[in-house]
Amino acid sequence: MRVNLDKLQAWDFSRREFLKSSAATAGAFVLGTYVPFGNEAFAQEAGPAQGVYDPNVFLKIGADNSVTLISKHFEMGQGVTTGMATLVAEELGADWSTVRFEFAPNNPKLYNNLAFGPIMATGGTTSMAESWEQMRKVRAAARMMFVAAAAAKWNVPGAEIKVENGVINHAGGRHATFGELVAEAMRVPVPGSVTLKQPKDWKLIGTRVPRLDSVQKTTGAGVFAFDVRRPGTLTAIVKRSDLFGAKVASFDATEAKKVDGVVDVVQISSGVAVVGIDTWPAMQGRDALKVTWDTSKAETRSTAEIFEEYRELAVSKGLTALSRGDASGGLTRAAKSLEVDFTFPYLAHAPMEPLNCLIEVRGDGAEIWSGCQLQSIDQLVAAQILGLKPEQIKINTFLGGGSFGRRGNPLADWTVELAEVAKAINGRAPIHLVWTRDDDIKGGFYRPMVLHRVKVGLDAKAGIAGWKHTVVSKPIFIGTPFERMTVKDGVDASSVEGIVDTPYAIADFLVDVHNAKSAVPVLWWRSVGHSHTGHVMETMMDELAHLAGKDPVAFRLGLLAQQPRDAAVVRLAAEKAGWKDSLPTGRGRGFAYHHSFNTRIAMVADVSATRPAIKVERIVAAVDCGVAINPDIVTAQIEGAIGFALSAVLRNQITLKKGVVEQTNFDDYEPTRMREMPKVEVHIVQSSERPSGIGEPGVPPIAPAIGNAIFAATGKRLRSLPFDFNMLA
Amino acid sequence: MITLNVNGETHELNLDPKMPLLWVIRDRLNLTGTKFGCGHAMCGACVVHIDGQAARSCSIMVGEAAGKNITTIEGVSGKVAAAVTTAWQRLDVVQCGYCQSGQIMSAITLLTGNKNPTDDDIDAGMEGNICRCGTYVRIRRAIHEAAKALV
Repeated sequence: MRVNLDKLQAWDFSRREFLKSSAATAGAFVLGTYVPFGNEAFAQEAGPAQGVYDPNVFLKIGADNSVTLISKHFEMGQGVTTGMATLVAEELGADWSTVRFEFAPNNPKLYNNLAFGPIMATGGTTSMAESWEQMRKVRAAARMMFVAAAAAKWNVPGAEIKVENGVINHAGGRHATFGELVAEAMRVPVPGSVTLKQPKDWKLIGTRVPRLDSVQKTTGAGVFAFDVRRPGTLTAIVKRSDLFGAKVASFDATEAKKVDGVVDVVQISSGVAVVGIDTWPAMQGRDALKVTWDTSKAETRSTAEIFEEYRELAVSKGLTALSRGDASGGLTRAAKSLEVDFTFPYLAHAPMEPLNCLIEVRGDGAEIWSGCQLQSIDQLVAAQILGLKPEQIKINTFLGGGSFGRRGNPLADWTVELAEVAKAINGRAPIHLVWTRDDDIKGGFYRPMVLHRVKVGLDAKAGIAGWKHTVVSKPIFIGTPFERMTVKDGVDASSVEGIVDTPYAIADFLVDVHNAKSAVPVLWWRSVGHSHTGHVMETMMDELAHLAGKDPVAFRLGLLAQQPRDAAVVRLAAEKAGWKDSLPTGRGRGFAYHHSFNTRIAMVADVSATRPAIKVERIVAAVDCGVAINPDIVTAQIEGAIGFALSAVLRNQITLKKGVVEQTNFDDYEPTRMREMPKVEVHIVQSSERPSGIGEPGVPPIAPAIGNAIFAATGKRLRSLPFDFNMLA
Repeated sequence: MITLNVNGETHELNLDPKMPLLWVIRDRLNLTGTKFGCGHAMCGACVVHIDGQAARSCSIMVGEAAGKNITTIEGVSGKVAAAVTTAWQRLDVVQCGYCQSGQIMSAITLLTGNKNPTDDDIDAGMEGNICRCGTYVRIRRAIHEAAKALV
């Protein structure tokens, strides 16, 4: 079935409503967050249930002094639970060793992402930025309540009380732990306003605190959705068509049902699901299943044909994304110019934990166990399929074994499959829906294929005389609930972000877009549009610097004269990397800088280019993400972004042959391995600016830094990704 | 009947001897620390120790493992395992964590056979373990640190 998303679209996703809702949230912050104090905690005059002080939905303090963050954000490795808990512990004055986290239940009213509006969602590198004030205010209020409770109990002025390391201390020597004051603190009125700590008083923010999930993830104890066990669960594995857009015409389950442990075979919208007592029988059953497909509406072209169509589209005028000054006139008058194409392939996210989720349908609703970024969408989709109200769907969030965007699909493809299988078997048993790695690599929702055509002219003084930039891509947001927020006049923000908002001073600038069509479903992939636009912009910067006869760093700084924060990051990376230091023969050094998700990152790559092999030896990164709440996690995210994206530079691509994906698993879609990983140095700008995110912005500068280094080493310019090293021969 | 010895416990199991060891461990014995990543011995998420050697449980039939000593992440013990786990935690190696059981199992095997691995030794020893989050910088550092702790 096609999921009707009208209901979602009626939500406040538009930019205007988003602003209103975020303003309302800010204005009503005390209400939105503190009401639960008043309605629940306060009303319990008899004292806390089970000795747990539950002042609001974001925080639990136990009589055992444990401080538990109720995380509204999904942990997929990015460290958000540790980051948010750091804010808790900082404002509360908690002892880090007592801090824990739990995932919040799906409740878009209490746990909405302030950057997105009224949905519970983790994505777009928004988590720390959107929760920066909220988390600290909640905890600051809790601290004030504990201080007030202690002041009343000891009959001393609150001003003489300090909270440090989980202990409430009075100057006169009296002290108590959180646990000892839980009952009293719960009866204290909620403060009308709160005072946050001054940055000079921070003890945890800006320092390295250990990750909260390290122990469970190094002992096998961490629970991912794949590890959830419910009594009587059956496992479903779906046979989908080799062609995107094909539908089931008929199927023959005779052989599949002969497999020991297969209990059912049911048709759903994406294919045919084999249901087994656990994973292995379901896998075998699927292998034995025969399905014939209606391919009348399927994508049957090959990659080369799709790019051919892209090139034809690029010739005509597209939808205008940005028109500033007079790009055509500037190009006509230019002293020198350059016109080049870049192509980008489909890319699979390939998180280590293949997609999976579990559902149990009961008389009064359904419960889902999942590692998902967009709980509110999953909830609506499941409710619609099962004929339930959204509030009848409970979602339990679990650790995600990677995502990189795949676990946040606005079309909720895997939750659709889960709910459809549950419906098809009349909810008679819990269902665990499992994708194999082959399903994941061949299953679509890829980073789109993209073509960029760029024409840039330099004037006699080596300034940019004009820049015309055409992008051809299948848009990501059009047709999703996010469309009203991200698509304007047909231009999908994800196609041009990183170009139209470039910090470089380009006076005469024309950007247009063609929205290509295909049955191949596409999705955001770590850094979304920046995963290709950053590469184009930064490769162009290098090409233009060489065309102008200027140093690539100096050329960039010339275009960033009005952007001091950006320029500072460029300078820091160049300085730390020893940009001008000489390199041995066969080595090259390349520079790239990109600004995305409000975070600024420059990278300097050193490569050795002893043909035909290319080895990235070292990457030095400089980062400005505002206040670095946990600098060690910032560093880890940059290291990880390099490891994640390097294989997309070197080899990864999803290609089609007559519509069929040619890759199947990690042999032909091979992620980066240990021996390929360069040395990484990360330098963080000390900043008092509001924190911005770090999960995605590390990706965009990697490919151009490496490509520019290869050019420095070999004189050969590689543009399209993955790099074709045969061109170096 | 297949007799399987996992983490020191003996299990008598009535199942197809061709069933991959991984699915027996996960789905029949409910030891979920060992992970499914690719199903074809290419990523190392499913590494367990069989008679002390790292092995990819997704590509070993349970019949082949019968009667041998199988150790999963839940059952590792000893000085090397402790040094590896401690280094992993101290350096906060993990991100999503899904591959890390397999990484740790491979690292224990590496350090058991080689007390002072060079970077090249680590490249070779950890070649079969993919981390999509790209935590390789810290995995390398943690192995060196564990080696130092074992001196």
